[in-house]
Amino acid sequence: MKYMLLINAGAVDADGGAAGCEVADWMAYDKQVREAGILVSGESLADLVTATTVRVDRDGRRTVTDGPFAETREILGGFYVIDVPDLDAALDWAARCPGARAGGSVVVRPVAEFGG
Amino acid sequence: MGEPPAGAGGPDQAPSAVVESVFREERGRLLAALVRRFGDLDLAEEVTSEAVEAALARWPVDGVPANPGAWLMTTARRRAVDRLRRDQALAARLAILQAEADRPDLAPVPAPEAGGDLPDERLRLFFTCAHPALAAEDRGALTLRYLAGLTTPEVARAYLVPAATMAKRITRAKRKIREARIPFRVPGAAELPERLPGVLQVTYSIFTEGYAASAGPRLQRLDLAEEAIRLARLLHRLLPAEREVTGLLALMLLVHARRDARTGPDGELVLLDEQDRARWDHPMIGEGRDLVPVALTGGPPGPYGVQAAIAALHVSAPDLAGTDWPQIVALYDVLHALAPSPVVALNRAAAVAMRDGPEAGLALLDELADEPLLRAHHPYPAARADLLRRLDRPAEAAEAYRAALALAGTEPERALLRRGLDAVTVTRDEAGP
Repeated sequence: MKYMLLINAGAVDADGGAAGCEVADWMAYDKQVREAGILVSGESLADLVTATTVRVDRDGRRTVTDGPFAETREILGGFYVIDVPDLDAALDWAARCPGARAGGSVVVRPVAEFGG
Repeated sequence: MGEPPAGAGGPDQAPSAVVESVFREERGRLLAALVRRFGDLDLAEEVTSEAVEAALARWPVDGVPANPGAWLMTTARRRAVDRLRRDQALAARLAILQAEADRPDLAPVPAPEAGGDLPDERLRLFFTCAHPALAAEDRGALTLRYLAGLTTPEVARAYLVPAATMAKRITRAKRKIREARIPFRVPGAAELPERLPGVLQVTYSIFTEGYAASAGPRLQRLDLAEEAIRLARLLHRLLPAEREVTGLLALMLLVHARRDARTGPDGELVLLDEQDRARWDHPMIGEGRDLVPVALTGGPPGPYGVQAAIAALHVSAPDLAGTDWPQIVALYDVLHALAPSPVVALNRAAAVAMRDGPEAGLALLDELADEPLLRAHHPYPAARADLLRRLDRPAEAAEAYRAALALAGTEPERALLRRGLDAVTVTRDEAGP
């Protein structure tokens, strides 16, 4: 069963890391996920200042805006999609993720299955 | 859209109700065994009901089979196979589940009890129903539904919500179990310390709702407390080596043993110092007291074991004055170190007041004045009122009684607080010019 781990990064210091989620911690985690054979996909997202929002209204008009900017302290910073037997296994991987530390959180969402 | 018929029981409910009560235990085991087999709560529930219905129809005619559990299991499995033949999509999903479900479980699966002809898989179901990924309010409902074997309307009554609301909640929780694939498994030894407290918490919250109902005309809802004790006994049987399970069962027994003395003839609340100790359930006290040393031996104490020890001291005393308050305060210190909470601090302050006098207790209570968790907790102003009354400060006591009255949820509690308020306001009037 596929689960998406949505990583909401917590407090980040000047070097882009925080206690328990230094670059080395992320690399170690990424290696574990790959070696466990559960990785479907995963990406780290570029800084939020680069984000652009698109909306299309009822008349088909496109609105493009800069942002969003961080209105809450938690910002989607990246994701993994993993394939594991059940929610407990997914929660274990989420708990190991450096993004769950230092005020961050990882939201675990099952990927919808269509058809049989 | 048509309403479903109100009474689903049918006209010949009376004789089958008797057989149904015999099935209660068997039904839970059957359900858990089928969930284990098919990994699907809905399917297991459906065929469990069908098997029990078949038994209710057949056994009075054909006689009760030699192995009732095996008969029920075989019948239920046949129904499940029929159902899967009809529903190919479900069958395909279950086939995938089955292939993936064979994760090794590190915890030893409890051995089947002597005499039982069904494997006991209910521990798995306990952990599923109390899973932290489910809403806290739904965990108790699922546990009552699937482990205590209550019907959905009965669960609704337990939580004082309409049956339709409870049915929706249970359906939503089951959907999460199915679609997020919350597993039916006993956590391994490494996870157990993290997961077991959740199961105990669910069981204890069912008990406390029964012991001191949060709302309603009656103070105690004994049926709910008894369901919780039944669940704790079952857990204790399934996990005999877990000391906190033992502690939880001991705590519940020692508290529940005082049930008859806690309310007066008109349903009013009777506090510990005024309780008729002859009305306590002494065999139950004995059973609970015997479990306390077991819960506290062989490792560091856990919060339920310590609370059971406190409850044992209360019921072992001849009266309030003869209670071992220094020991109770010491146990509250241990409890506060294990599981610090404002409610523990409140209880500790009340024990200190008994040991060192009301002034000392009040000083501790006043330190808790800014605790957000106590702001809507009526025992806090009630405890202050009691100590202020004993310190002969009627005006402040009256104010505290009024604060408690505004927060208390059941009528017997309010009646007791009104009596306290009357006492201090009369005193003040008499003392006035």
